[in-house]
Amino acid sequence: MGAAALALAACGQTGTSGAGGGAAAKPLVRVGSTNFGEQLIVAELYAQVLEANGYKIERKLNLGNREIVAPALESGQIDMYPEYLATYVTFLTKDTAKASSDAAATHHNLQEALKPKNITVLDYAPAVDVNSFVVTKATADKYKLTKLSDLTPVAGQLVLGAAAECPTRPFCIPGLEKTYTIKFKDFKPLDSGGPLTVAALEAGQIDVALLYSTDAVIAAKGFVMLQDDKKLQLADNIAPVVRNDVLNKAPADFKTLINGISAKLTTEEMTAMNKRAGVDKQDPKDVAAQWLKSKSLLK
Amino acid sequence: MLGLAEAVAAWLVDPAHWAGSDGIGARVLQHLALSGTALGISLALALPLGVALGHTGRGAWLAINAANVGRALPSLAILALVLPLVFRLRLGLGFWPTVFMLVPLGAPLILVNAYVAVRAVDRDVVDVARGLGMTGWQVLRRVELPLAAPVIVDGVRNAAVSIVATATLGAIVASGGLGRYIVDGLARLETPRLVAGALLVAVLSMATEWVFGALERLVVPRGVRAQTGA
Repeated sequence: MGAAALALAACGQTGTSGAGGGAAAKPLVRVGSTNFGEQLIVAELYAQVLEANGYKIERKLNLGNREIVAPALESGQIDMYPEYLATYVTFLTKDTAKASSDAAATHHNLQEALKPKNITVLDYAPAVDVNSFVVTKATADKYKLTKLSDLTPVAGQLVLGAAAECPTRPFCIPGLEKTYTIKFKDFKPLDSGGPLTVAALEAGQIDVALLYSTDAVIAAKGFVMLQDDKKLQLADNIAPVVRNDVLNKAPADFKTLINGISAKLTTEEMTAMNKRAGVDKQDPKDVAAQWLKSKSLLK
Repeated sequence: MLGLAEAVAAWLVDPAHWAGSDGIGARVLQHLALSGTALGISLALALPLGVALGHTGRGAWLAINAANVGRALPSLAILALVLPLVFRLRLGLGFWPTVFMLVPLGAPLILVNAYVAVRAVDRDVVDVARGLGMTGWQVLRRVELPLAAPVIVDGVRNAAVSIVATATLGAIVASGGLGRYIVDGLARLETPRLVAGALLVAVLSMATEWVFGALERLVVPRGVRAQTGA
């Protein structure tokens, strides 16, 4: 299959007749992304695989936050970018009931919301970027913590550190209290999964920190991520969203290629890539290329 | 507007907002501890230096200009600059970065006033004191300092009020104090919390102003007071 696609790609590139030249003609794809590290890597994954298979790619990366990039997709200034199922469906519908911890159902609801906008969400990856509660290795050993429900009996002795909005966010303190009956001794307002939170956890000023599940710093510092065993967090799986006009123009290999990436993109793989780019300071472009080669998605 | 005032009043009288580690009582104490430490360090650094410079009249140009540079640096920039340093020194978040930000704000105000106050003491009076056989140390203690005291305390008052008002910025680097209500109110889009925090800071600043104003009147030497009173 891959070989056939490559052969077609070669034809498409040598032919100078341009668009409309039959099944082998591949449209220009403008790949966008929002403004944080992980997005740049995932956008590169899409761009490089498409490029290697004869698509002409225009990169429009690091555009801004979702409030900027989502309208850019709807209005046709970009053709595709990586999204997160639960956050995006909530953003579009303003209805928190559309998102749940069930990835398939959330994916379905997102597709329903995107249909009138002529946008398609392709397969979602197993990789999830959600709120995750982490502790140091020492704390995990001391209280024998592996999952969030382990916190319930000991939380009264522990201090939670997270962004200032945590006490009012349904997937932060209120969710922990409702789903797990976890009540911490105290709460320390810090930043949104940033350097203050990491420094406070390392220095022992807090015992439990809210970080994002694919944050490379978790592995780099040897923190222990507590499993969300009662499914408090939503299915924020990574999934590409694509304009229908591009999908309709493109041959069938477009979906196959992109879905092939998502199928292999797990939380662990994503975290390892984030580490290479965020901690080891490698170019997101090189990080993406290395991963694609290691998964035989790129030669 | 009236709705907001009511919401802020309701927030302030809610007993839940007075108790615990995020309660108003705890936050006021944290604010005073931050401000007091910063003012203490500023005094220890700036007061002896300012008085010595005023007394000898030497090296003043350098000190005053260094102090002016300190005052011109935005506190927010200082905060950002000291944060990595504090991380490296393992002093923890919050308290010390905030204190380190506040000292360059308070110390120059104290330094400049102390220098000017001692310098401005009538030279004839100083000459008379010397003529009476006083040593330099005696001139300083018994003539210059008592006459300079009101202006020196005025500088301390200025520094204290600036420090109390600016200590709010510490909340950005996870410090306690009343700035928490402002930063957290913004993050949660809870306007009553934000406005109540700002009000509490304003009240604390005014109280500081009042306390040091009273102190200022208290340190005016009896002789001078009688003169101005006449």
